Amino acid sequence: MLSKYRRLLFLILLIVWVVLYSNLAAFADFFVSLLPVEPTSHLGEAMAFFVYDAPKVLLLLAAVVFVMGIINTWFTPERTRALLAGRSLGLANILAASLGVVTPFCSCSAVPLFIGFVQAGVPLGVTFSFLIAAPMVNEIALTLLFGLFGWKIALLYLCLGLMVAIFGGLVLGRLKLEKYLEQWVQDIPTKQLSFESERISFSQRLEAGSVAVKDVVGKVWVYILLGIGVGAFIHGYVPENFMASFMGKDAWWSVPLAVIIGIPMYSSAAGIIPVVQALLAKGAAMGTALAFMMSVVALSLPEMIILRKVLTIRLISIFISIVATGILFVGLIFNLVL
Amino acid sequence: MLKVKVLGGGCANCKVTYKLIEDVAREKGTEVDLEKVEDIQDIMAYDVMSTPGVVIEETVVHRGGVPSRKQVEEWFSKN
Repeated sequence: MLSKYRRLLFLILLIVWVVLYSNLAAFADFFVSLLPVEPTSHLGEAMAFFVYDAPKVLLLLAAVVFVMGIINTWFTPERTRALLAGRSLGLANILAASLGVVTPFCSCSAVPLFIGFVQAGVPLGVTFSFLIAAPMVNEIALTLLFGLFGWKIALLYLCLGLMVAIFGGLVLGRLKLEKYLEQWVQDIPTKQLSFESERISFSQRLEAGSVAVKDVVGKVWVYILLGIGVGAFIHGYVPENFMASFMGKDAWWSVPLAVIIGIPMYSSAAGIIPVVQALLAKGAAMGTALAFMMSVVALSLPEMIILRKVLTIRLISIFISIVATGILFVGLIFNLVL
Repeated sequence: MLKVKVLGGGCANCKVTYKLIEDVAREKGTEVDLEKVEDIQDIMAYDVMSTPGVVIEETVVHRGGVPSRKQVEEWFSKN
């Protein structure tokens, strides 16, 4: 009986979602018209931006996180590891980067995951491909990019992010850095690990989807509203082309600068993308803005501190330099092509 | 006395899991010997790659994320 009710509930939610999403512009216009502000004033523009984009992004996110929550149930870290174990550098890097997108990942689990991979005999370079892709290319980043910039930019981010992860992992693998792992990690014997996939019913997968929505949306909505709020402010108040002089295409040095500033910074994709959107609207170049974003999301001080338990400072520095170089190229190429 | 271990190096979700198990055990009147396992080498002995993980009587019953209250109640009602 319970699952019958649940199915009905899903159906109702789906209909509500579609109705809301297809009428967002009308709702936003209506809402702004109720406010005692001139639509063309600074405040009016900022408000219009906020009341349209915030619900749009939140609705999209809820839907995507739900679907990803279901997809995630097929890609547990254990299965991913079983798929990668015993492969050699090369094609396995492509596989690892792609699995990084669909395997649920939290940087708080980076260390056990890393050890788990090492234990199963996944090559270091392949593990790195996974570790670069997992935080950088995720459903939250892609949804926000899609919602705010359209599918082309989202697809481009997906491809370029995978490229950085694949090539970063390949280079790191070629460098033979095993000796720069912490000693106790080097001493871990490789185990033959058996993998049995758990049988879970479809209603359990649906359940996992709704748990993911509660979990993720419940956690990131504040950052999204804050990010879009800042974005709205920049939209309404910062003069057009204000950013062009120092984040524009002609300022080539802005790309490396953006990457370097982004490395220690930590924000989830949710918080940073709306800000990036506003920067773009005011004349910052796409490549520079994307490089900044990748650097903020992929490399962060907290994650490096966590990884310090298994990697020596030297290996962490090499890791950061290679990923940063990859992102730098992405930014420069982007600015050249677009 | 049920021996329960929560695996995870001090992440927010690990604390939530610990608290949840504590609460449910008290509600159900199950006597538990609850232990936090934070050392990464000890965690890896159970081959848990996504924390928090939960071990009952040396068997991994859950990994990756906070278990639902219903799940925890089921663990304790079997005994």
